[in-house]
Amino acid sequence: MPVVENTVLICAGGACISAGEKSVKSVFEETLKKYSLDGVVRVVETGCMGACDLGPILVIYPEGVFYQKITAESAARIVEEHILKGRVVEELLYKGDSGEMKEKPQEELPFFTEQVKIATRNLGVIDPLSIDEYIARDGYFALHKVLFEIGPDDVVEILKKSELKGRGGAGFPTWMKWDLTKKAKGETKYIICNADEGDPGAFMDRAVLEGDPHTIVEAMTIAARVVGAQKGFVYVRAEYPLAIERLTHAMKTAREYGFLGESILGTDFSFDLEIRIGAGAFVCGEETALINSIEGRRGIPRVKPPFPASKGLWEKPTLLNNVETYANIPPIIINGGEWFSQYGVEGSRGTKVFALAGNVKNTGLVEVPMGITLRKLIYEIGGGVPGGKKLKAIQTGGPSGGCIPLELIDTPITYDNMKKLGTIIGSGGMIVMDEDSCMVDVAKYFLEFTVEESCGQCTPCRDGTRRMLEILEKITEGEGSMNDLQLLKDLGENIMATSLCGLGQTAPQPVISTMRYFWDEYEAHVNQGKCPAKKCKTLMRVVIDKEKCVGCTACARVCPVDAISGSVRKPHEIDPEICTRCGSCLAVCRFGAISKVSP
Amino acid sequence: MAKIKSLEELMKIKENAMKGLKMRDSGKRGKVIVAMGTCGIAAGAKDTLRAIVDSLDEKGVDDVSVVQSGCFGLCDVEPTIEVHLEGAEPIIYGHVTPAQAKRIVEQHIVGGKVVGDLIVKRGEL
Amino acid sequence: MSVENVHEIVSRIYEDVSSQSLERGDVLINTLHAIQDHYGNFIPIEAAEALKEVTGTPLSRIYEVLTFYTMFATHKRGKHVIRVCKSLPCHVTGGQAVIDSLKYRLEIDFGETTEDGLFTLEETSCLGLCGVSPVMMINDEAYGNLTPERVSEIIDEIVSREGSESL
Repeated sequence: MPVVENTVLICAGGACISAGEKSVKSVFEETLKKYSLDGVVRVVETGCMGACDLGPILVIYPEGVFYQKITAESAARIVEEHILKGRVVEELLYKGDSGEMKEKPQEELPFFTEQVKIATRNLGVIDPLSIDEYIARDGYFALHKVLFEIGPDDVVEILKKSELKGRGGAGFPTWMKWDLTKKAKGETKYIICNADEGDPGAFMDRAVLEGDPHTIVEAMTIAARVVGAQKGFVYVRAEYPLAIERLTHAMKTAREYGFLGESILGTDFSFDLEIRIGAGAFVCGEETALINSIEGRRGIPRVKPPFPASKGLWEKPTLLNNVETYANIPPIIINGGEWFSQYGVEGSRGTKVFALAGNVKNTGLVEVPMGITLRKLIYEIGGGVPGGKKLKAIQTGGPSGGCIPLELIDTPITYDNMKKLGTIIGSGGMIVMDEDSCMVDVAKYFLEFTVEESCGQCTPCRDGTRRMLEILEKITEGEGSMNDLQLLKDLGENIMATSLCGLGQTAPQPVISTMRYFWDEYEAHVNQGKCPAKKCKTLMRVVIDKEKCVGCTACARVCPVDAISGSVRKPHEIDPEICTRCGSCLAVCRFGAISKVSP
Repeated sequence: MAKIKSLEELMKIKENAMKGLKMRDSGKRGKVIVAMGTCGIAAGAKDTLRAIVDSLDEKGVDDVSVVQSGCFGLCDVEPTIEVHLEGAEPIIYGHVTPAQAKRIVEQHIVGGKVVGDLIVKRGEL
Repeated sequence: MSVENVHEIVSRIYEDVSSQSLERGDVLINTLHAIQDHYGNFIPIEAAEALKEVTGTPLSRIYEVLTFYTMFATHKRGKHVIRVCKSLPCHVTGGQAVIDSLKYRLEIDFGETTEDGLFTLEETSCLGLCGVSPVMMINDEAYGNLTPERVSEIIDEIVSREGSESL
């Protein structure tokens, strides 16, 4: 039964009726009428809900709160406290000691059935502090195979067949990177793991580091064997203290078991790892900036070429891969390259971990074969957009990527397709936005991020992005012009062509992309001084309709800055000078009295 | 811990550890896995863990162990816990606040009846 | 603090960090983190100067690094450093209200410290906890699924804990 806002379901099964449901229902309806809520709240009798010895039972929607053992008196209380004032009545809540509630039909969620867990195979299954449990799931068998059964060249072949591409964002063929570093001249070589996950909306690396740290240890040791390295570094951002803790523990136990350090597994191969901590700089996710940071310097990118494979850490050949890329290595070695490439589609083989965030019901991590459509990812697996709102756009690839509008969500997710749409897969972060988002505001948001995180080394990025941000600020305040839009385009092209590193080269992408798909929003801002989504603060106000307001005070109580005034049962008012347009009041008003208007 | 040098030694550890994972020969009839990634902790998993341990203690249950794991991906319904009891399929619960944790211990672990409204998934992950 | 004392402390910290490293040189950032933890949320100028003596690294290079990374502070900060995420996923799930409530409740803006020295409020980029957005970190603890009400509860809890500890 589709559940509508403000509905009360009262169980009218046999047991509840005999427990007094009818009188509860009538008291409920009377009390609603007393407070003039009878037109707003629907009361519906349902069939047996299953918790027969706890009846009468009722459920209040949209929250889905269950109350048990309701009497006439408590029914009136629920109306006064919960419906009128939005306060859940704790003592009357369903506790269910014996009756089993009807199960919500959720266990066969596509969220689980559609996933193919390779990189995330151990997450939630093993204790990350137990090396034995890692071994139980075939841990360190890949390392054994590489040391005793196959050689470095074989590993490169396996990776080639797997068609694994770098999962950090650049999508460079992993076998090629390993091969180039292997062939590079020099006795001393290094292995680095890029765990500086900074893309807004991406958190899969954190999950792997916290939930399965041994997979990184094993993969890096295998890599060292293949390219001929002696030391390795995991560069973890300082904002992940738990990841640092668990990884440190994993390295310690790996050494005890002989999987790391001197004479690994009794052979003459030695390799050891160390953690280097970041300190709050997104740009250190760029490989050469990361290298500079490990060397104890400012995280400023270097000009490429030379690439790290030939001249990296302390000028030596260095292999640098992302956490998720490494997490795929052990299973690929054990099961073979073709096993991995059977998943996915041409040009985008294997699986990818996507992080669903923003206005989507099932936020979290999902690992699915490449080539899945956005629609399936967001609606089936992600559960769609909550609150009955419409999907507006999906931002992919973090600050280096662009937006994909609703009309294009039947696109299969592949490296090529994303490029054609003007965005990238990037690290796999998918930020879902509903109709309340203003795309100009979103572009401004990303540019604020880039301006903050720019290292400052080259003029196009340092000054160019700042100028773009200023223009966007003007536009969101209704002061922009058509000239400004052209200037944004020109600046964007220039910055992309002349910046020194990936951060600058892709910084204008969110602007270019939102202009491509949401040009009408930009136009409305500059030509009419209007924000169609009613999000930009200067171009909208939040108002209370005095006719509809019943004075329940719910809005005043959630306002974070006390901008709403009014006494109980009297219409309330929002002070536009104090109001920050955060939207909290809108979310709690059950009477549709609050709305956003253009001034 | 003597360092491992051969495939046989590795296989032996794997076999023993598998038994532990599946709780055979461990002397315990069950375990509760609490997802303790930072996202779970940010949603209150530490309090949930404490509530489970306290509740099991209170009820005198000493043959069910409590262990932690990393986040298994469904951040939206965290804190999440997985209840494995011998002879039954594992059940993953979501939105497990300390109060709900107590309820699960009482109803499922002690009473043997699954708590329907909190189920997120039945069966192996 | 006496110059010799600072020198001793920094020396000890540097030795400690270096000995755990594979490459003895260039452990600057790890060392700075350890120094910051020791002095409680900031790195005093004296410590930076002592580091120059201990490592032989030019002061300019130490300052370069200190001022580049956002997590290092050269001035005293509150006991509890609140870092609230202002990136997009937190923004579209109600982050604005959370930021407003923090500023309103603590009566400070970003970069400021409360008069009692308990809290410093800072803005930060994505913390990688988007699944439970909006989020903030207070020192090393993460708090998710935030609402203005929850923020109030958390601040209250810390304030009362501090109050009872000082008794």
